[in-house]
Amino acid sequence: MSDVTHDALDYVPPLEVEEEVLYHAKTWLGKYVFCQDAKVIAIQYSVTAIGIGLVALVLSLLMRLQLGFPHEFDIIDPTNYLQFVTMHGMIMVVYLLTALFLGGFGNYLIPLMVGARDMVFPYVNMISFWVYFVAVMVLVASFFVPGGSTGAGWTLYPPQAISPGTPGVDAGIILMLVSLALFIIGFTMGGLNYVVTVLQARTRGLSLMRLPLTIWGIFMATVLALLAFPALFVSAIMMILDRTLETSFFMPAMISLGDQTSYDGGSPVLFQHLFWFFGHPEVYIVALPAFGIVSDLLSVHARKAIFGYRMMVWAIVAIGALSFVVWAHHMYVSGMNPYFGFFFATTTLIIAVPTAIKVYNWVLTLWRGNIRLTVPMMFAIGFIFTFINGGLTGLFLGNVTIDLPLSDTYFVVAHFHMVMAVSPVLVVFGAIYHWYPKITGKMLDDVLGKIHFWMTFLGTYAIYFPMHYLGFEGIPRRYFAYGDTAFMSDSSQDLNAAITVAAFVVATAQLFFLWNLFISYFRGREAGGNPWEATTLEWQTAHTPPRHGNFDELPLVYRWAYDFSVPGVEQDYIPQNVSPAEVEQMQQRVEPSSEQTTDEKP
Amino acid sequence: MSYALVILALILGVVVWWLLKQTFNLEPWAATASTDAVRTEGVRSPSTMIPLPPVKLALGVFLAVVTSLFALFISAYSIRMEYGDWRPMPEPVLLWVNSGILVLSSVFLQAGWSAAKRGSIATVRFGVAGGGALAIAFVVGQLLAWYQLTSGGYLISGNPANAFFYLITGVHALHLIGGLVALAKTVRRVWQSDDTAAMSLGVELCAVYWHYLLAVWVIVFGLMLST
Repeated sequence: MSDVTHDALDYVPPLEVEEEVLYHAKTWLGKYVFCQDAKVIAIQYSVTAIGIGLVALVLSLLMRLQLGFPHEFDIIDPTNYLQFVTMHGMIMVVYLLTALFLGGFGNYLIPLMVGARDMVFPYVNMISFWVYFVAVMVLVASFFVPGGSTGAGWTLYPPQAISPGTPGVDAGIILMLVSLALFIIGFTMGGLNYVVTVLQARTRGLSLMRLPLTIWGIFMATVLALLAFPALFVSAIMMILDRTLETSFFMPAMISLGDQTSYDGGSPVLFQHLFWFFGHPEVYIVALPAFGIVSDLLSVHARKAIFGYRMMVWAIVAIGALSFVVWAHHMYVSGMNPYFGFFFATTTLIIAVPTAIKVYNWVLTLWRGNIRLTVPMMFAIGFIFTFINGGLTGLFLGNVTIDLPLSDTYFVVAHFHMVMAVSPVLVVFGAIYHWYPKITGKMLDDVLGKIHFWMTFLGTYAIYFPMHYLGFEGIPRRYFAYGDTAFMSDSSQDLNAAITVAAFVVATAQLFFLWNLFISYFRGREAGGNPWEATTLEWQTAHTPPRHGNFDELPLVYRWAYDFSVPGVEQDYIPQNVSPAEVEQMQQRVEPSSEQTTDEKP
Repeated sequence: MSYALVILALILGVVVWWLLKQTFNLEPWAATASTDAVRTEGVRSPSTMIPLPPVKLALGVFLAVVTSLFALFISAYSIRMEYGDWRPMPEPVLLWVNSGILVLSSVFLQAGWSAAKRGSIATVRFGVAGGGALAIAFVVGQLLAWYQLTSGGYLISGNPANAFFYLITGVHALHLIGGLVALAKTVRRVWQSDDTAAMSLGVELCAVYWHYLLAVWVIVFGLMLST
C-alpha cells in the first residue's frame, strides 16, 4: 500500500454503467410470498429445506430404532424401512443440502458478497423457489398415495425401482421422478441467476480474484449442477416413460411374479451410467460450497489470510472439472471391464490431490493464527476432522479390489455419511452461527451453541465410526433385520444398539439448535453490523439486517477479502471497501517488532 | 457416454480456460489497493467486464445446460443402439419437409435480427412473425409425423429405436415451444413500438436460440438417418 501515490487516493471515478432500477413490490403477497428479494428467497429456501430435512432426520431415527432394537419396537415394517431409506437419502442429498447451499446460502450471500443490490433476474429467482417448493410438495405427497413412497433406494436403480414387489411402484416412484424433474427445472432457473450475478453484477473494484472463497465455491458448484443435473433429468424422464408408457429404455426382458413383462431389451446399466454421471458431481455440488464457506470461517475466526488463496481457487476449479470423470467408481460391482475400472480408480485418486491441497491450506491457515474459538470456528475445525476421516476411507473405496468386498456394506454408509453428510452439515451449522447475526441482527446464544456443537460432533463420531467395523465384518446395508446370521459376531448387535443411542443424542442436540434459532431471534444479544470483525462486503452494509437493495450506495472494493492482521495497522482487519487513504488514517501499530510475527502473505 | 463426455469436456474446457485467463498471474493479496482497481475491475467498469448484456450471458449458460441435456440423450441413444434388438425406424418424408420449415424459420429470424440492426422496422416485424409462424408449422409437422408413424404401427413401446425417436423429437419440440413463448413476447413488443434499437437484443436472443435448436435438430435428424 505504501507505493500508492497520494493524488490517486481520494479520487473515485463516476459510474460508467448506470445502475438498473430496483424492483419494489407493491402488494403484501409480492412482498412476503412471491418476493423477488434474494434475501427473502434465501430464507424461504432455507426454511423449506430445513423443514423437509427434519422429516428425513425423523425417518433416519425410525430406521435406527429398528436396527438397534429389532425386537423391542414395532413401529415400522420392512416396507416402511425401504421407503424410509430411500426418502432419507434423496431428501438429504437433493432437497436439503443442494437446496440449502445453493438456494439458501447462494441467494443470501452472492448479491451481498459481490456488492450487488439483488440477483440479476429477480423474477426468475422467485419462480425458482416456487418450483422447488412444488417439487418438495410432490415429494411429500408421495408418502400419502396408495402404496406409499418409493422404496427403491435413493439410486432408484431399474429394473427393481419400477417392478412389482418394490414399495411404492404404483404412484410413489412416479411422484419421486416428477418431483426430481421439477427440482431440476427450478434449480436451473436459480443456477442461471447465480452464475450470471457472479459474472456480471460484481461491484466496482471486485475482480474475480478478490472474491471470497464462499462465492467461488458456490459459483463452481452451480456450474457443476447446471451441467450434471441434466443427466438426472434425462434418466428421470426415461424412467417415467418406462413406467407409464412401457418403453424399454432401462427395462430388460424379464419374468415378474410369474408373468413375462412387456419390457424387452432395455439396459439397466445405462441408467446407472446416467445416474452416477449426475450422482458424482452431486457430491461436489454439496462439497464445494462447504469448502468455500469453511475457508472463510477459518480465515475470519483465525484472524489470518487464507493460506494459498490462488491455490484454493484453482483447487475448486480442478475438483469441479475432475468430478465429471470419476462417476463409474460407484459401479465397480456392475460387471464392468477391468480396464474401465482401472481408469476410474486412477481418476478417483487424482481428485484427492486438489482436495488434499485444500485440507493442507485450511490447517496452515490455522497455524499461528490468532484463533478465536467461537461457535462457527468450532464447527469449521470439526469439519476438517470429519472431512479428513471420511476422505481417507474414500481412498479405500476408490480402489477396485478393496471396494469389491466392501461394496454395499456399512463401510460405505460410514464413508459417505462422514464425507458428504456430516461434513457439509457441520459447515451448514457453522455458517448459520456465522451469518445469523447478519440475517436477524441478533447473536445466537453461545452456551447453547457449544452444547450443540459438542453433542453433534462427538455424537456423529459415535454413530459413524463404529459403522466402519460393521462394514469390515461384511454387514450389508439396507437390511431391515439381520436375524441370526453366522458371519455376524454377537457384539455387532450391541454396536448397532449403541449407534442408535448415539443417533438419538445427536437428534436431541438439534433441538438445542432449533431452540437457539428461535429464542435468539427474540432475546438474543444485539449483533451490530460486524460482530465477527470480518472483511467481506455483507458485513459492511449500512443496516443490519440489510434492507431491500442491500447497500445505501454500492460499495467500492479496494482489496481482497482476506486482509487480516495487516502489518503496520493496529486494527487486525481491513474491510474490502476501505480505501488506501482511509487505511493511512487508521491508527498505526506501535511496536514494530510485532510485524515479524504476523504472517500476511501465503 | 463418450459423446456427453466430449461435449462436457468442451464446455468445462471453456470455463476453466476462461477462469485461468482471469486469475493467472494475479496476486490478489498484493497491495494494489488503489483507486485504479475501482476503474478497471468489476461490472460497472467496462474494461474487465464481459462485454455482454446479462440476458445474453444467461442465454449462453442456458444453451450450455441444454447442450448437456441433448448430449446425454444422444449418448444414451448411441449406447442403446449397439444392442442386438435395435430395429431402426423409417424416417417419413414429412421430416424432410419439417427440417426445411425449421431452416426457413431460422432464416426469417436472422432476417429480423439483421433488420433490427439496420433499423428497418417493417422487415423486423415480417421476420419475427414469419419465423414464429414457421416454427408453429414445424411443431404441427412433427405432430403429423408422429401421427403417421403411430398409425403405421411404430408405437413408442414397440422398440427402443421408436422410444428414442419420440423422446428426442418430443424434447426438441418442447424446447421450441418454450422458445415460442419468448418469441410471442418479442413479437408483441415489436408490434407496439418502432424503436428498433431497443428491440434488437430481444430479437437477437430469439434468433440465436432458433439457430441453436436448428443445429440440435440437424444433429438429431442426422443421427436418426444414419442409423
